[in-house]
Amino acid sequence: MDDKHRQLDWMVAQAKAGRMTRREFVGRTTALGVSAGLASALFGKAARAEPKKGGILRAGMQGGESTNSLDPALAASEVPFAVNMTWGEMLVDVAPDGSIEHRIAEEISSNADATEWKFKIRQGVEFHDGKTVTAEDVVATLKRHTDEKSQSGALGIVQGIAEMKAEGDMVTLTLAAGNADLPYLMADYHLVIQPGGGFDNPAAGIGAGAYKVAVNEPGVRHVFERHANYWDAANGAHADQVEIIVINDNTARTAALQSGQIHMMNRVDPKIVELLKGAPGITIEHAPGRGHYVFIMHCDKPPFDNNDLRMALKLAINRKEQVEKILGGLGSVGNDFPINAAYPLFDDTIPQREYDAAAAAEYYRKSGHDGSPIILRTAPGAFPGAVDAANLFAASANAAGIPLQVKLEPDDGYWSNVWNVEPFCASYWGGRPVQDQMYSTAYLSTAEWNDTKFRNAKFDELLIAARAELDQDKRKALYSEMAHILRDEGGLILPMFNDWVEARRNEVAGWEPDPNGELMNGRALIKCWLA
Amino acid sequence: MHPILKLVVQRIALGLLLLLAVSAVIFLGVEALPGDTAQAILGQSATPQALENLREKLGLNDPPLTRYFAWLGGVLTGDLGTSLTNGVDIAQAIGQRLGNTLFLAGCAAVIAVPLAILLGLIAARHAGRWPDKLISGITLTTISLPEFVAAYFVIFLFTQLIPIFQPVAMVFPGMSFWAKLHAVALPVIVLVLVVLAHMMRMTRAAILNVMQSAYIETAELKGLSPMTVIWRHAFPNAIAPVVSVVMLNLAYLVVGVVVVEVVFGYNALGQYLVDHVTKRDLPVVQAVGLIFAAVYIFLNMLADIIGILANPRLRHPK
Repeated sequence: MDDKHRQLDWMVAQAKAGRMTRREFVGRTTALGVSAGLASALFGKAARAEPKKGGILRAGMQGGESTNSLDPALAASEVPFAVNMTWGEMLVDVAPDGSIEHRIAEEISSNADATEWKFKIRQGVEFHDGKTVTAEDVVATLKRHTDEKSQSGALGIVQGIAEMKAEGDMVTLTLAAGNADLPYLMADYHLVIQPGGGFDNPAAGIGAGAYKVAVNEPGVRHVFERHANYWDAANGAHADQVEIIVINDNTARTAALQSGQIHMMNRVDPKIVELLKGAPGITIEHAPGRGHYVFIMHCDKPPFDNNDLRMALKLAINRKEQVEKILGGLGSVGNDFPINAAYPLFDDTIPQREYDAAAAAEYYRKSGHDGSPIILRTAPGAFPGAVDAANLFAASANAAGIPLQVKLEPDDGYWSNVWNVEPFCASYWGGRPVQDQMYSTAYLSTAEWNDTKFRNAKFDELLIAARAELDQDKRKALYSEMAHILRDEGGLILPMFNDWVEARRNEVAGWEPDPNGELMNGRALIKCWLA
Repeated sequence: MHPILKLVVQRIALGLLLLLAVSAVIFLGVEALPGDTAQAILGQSATPQALENLREKLGLNDPPLTRYFAWLGGVLTGDLGTSLTNGVDIAQAIGQRLGNTLFLAGCAAVIAVPLAILLGLIAARHAGRWPDKLISGITLTTISLPEFVAAYFVIFLFTQLIPIFQPVAMVFPGMSFWAKLHAVALPVIVLVLVVLAHMMRMTRAAILNVMQSAYIETAELKGLSPMTVIWRHAFPNAIAPVVSVVMLNLAYLVVGVVVVEVVFGYNALGQYLVDHVTKRDLPVVQAVGLIFAAVYIFLNMLADIIGILANPRLRHPK
């Protein structure tokens, strides 16, 4: 027994020092007879215990360009996202377990039909310029993103807000139609609360987050210093200074991590994960996310306006092979609707679609397609491995007698000339925190980015009904029915959900996998410390 | 007016005209690219409303000619404008990056040019024998290697096997000169490997060409040592072709090293240009394009002038 205690103590110490992943810790402690639940809790406590203050924490990231701006409305790629998460604070965050974490909003309540929402603003939260965060700042921020003249990436998200009011420390939002998920929408990374809403200088980089912007060289590096009056200092802002260094090249980023020039990196190439696991001083972190790689067919253009042909193609892709070869096994198979277990209210009883050449051939024959080549467009930048994935798809479809042909397109201009223009192409989605948002963004008949041109009155009706439904069981049933419709009639071929695959040096402690986004949903530099 | 001075003035005037033509060509080229700035900035997640707002704000709805002349007017009055994508002042952004570009090119040139010429002289001296074959073999191997392969190789060698350098070569204002040198060591090694062969081969070929002349035979018959013959009698007459190749390589070091910049995360002009081409950020592409064109024109002009000065027949025309 003493021996076991000693081992347990040792492992807790390892976990504290960040030298052991959660999976390793749980695996080894349960082997000593500790229950899995307790082991996980122990790890959480150990890994979070006694953060060490000080030092400079550096992240090397892919996805930054010299064209990036500090204006949160314009953030679209990985580095601007991480930069905003480091200096900015939103009303709420989505916690790793999918629940709402209160940030600037201290309390949230709604009326019975979810049309009116009240956010109580936390007292004494301070911006980097010394001003206090008020309800007026919050309303002004939302106004800037809802403005018709706005270029905000969150425009579609906040459009449904009919009226917003600030009274004392209370923000009241009145919606045009009920939405039970409104708090999740407020966690969108564009909606960083700025003094005066950021109207004067949207790219000032002044927020209420853990770190202040010290150096902003887009596409090169972003340096931050600790915000002395950060309101949540007990749970973050451990390092004195944090840096995001833009290293777009995979090999250089990996080498920088190995040589200690950076402490953590995003986007580890799945092909080298196995090699990197053996490297000294490095831990691979991966979290199952909501992001997914897709092949999208326009339901309104021939030959894809024929559901039998769509079904033939859906059955003609070998999902397991795609996960194995494209993701290196770091992901999970998709089922032709954009929701997986990382979402609340996911129905796991929906049968998994498998590769079935015979059934695909049967549907193909039934569709009456004239045998002319079916062109699938792809580009290296459509998603990592998109060209290989398209070729694998073509091979498995050809084996079923479907004349699928891959056409390679240039990366440059892909999102303006191919995606949403050509009837069949490769693409990706980053996922959204809740089902409603994912479906409303891309599958509602009237959605701006309805990239499969999927128009189904019944589906729309269910989506609107589910949005205002506060009874979780009923809501789950509605979402399940929608998933079935999309899976069997939609233009979406979704072979795989990709994990976030990242790496850190072992001296980084406090890491917690987060399905919401990469690098712990952009908060790794705030929540981690150098052990 | 002295004929050389006249020549220089002529060349400069021609260069300016050429720059104007280049600016028109760049403008047409960017216009001809599919997709527009607004779509490129907002990406996949753009709503039509946001796109229209952004186009209006950036003035993309004006006719192309209006935009071109507005830009040209700005440049002539010394105003390069602001970047369409993030509103940063272009002159300021370019200033620092141009400094970095020149620093890297300068470091590489200071090593590569003397080394290439020296190796070329040695190779010519021992033409056809083993030192010549060894030098040619090694430099031809390094030039045949794609830059990124050479880059990955030196990263592996000098950050993993013998960890004495950093894989990421960014330099910042405030770093000491030695810290900067240490940071750019790896890209400099790669660039030296890439440009060495071209200059070395040209030096060797030009000298061997001159070595056939009668006056070299005379020099040899006078009993001069082979190296003295090469250095005093052959090399001065081989300068013109060597200089023009050196200038071409210097121009390459300034404008053509974007692959090396990307691999080492070096914050210089090439990467900056590529980012903005992707986003169709016309003012930035124009400004950087002009700088690159100016560098090419200037270095070629310099090569011509040095070639003329080195040749007495051209220096003193009848």
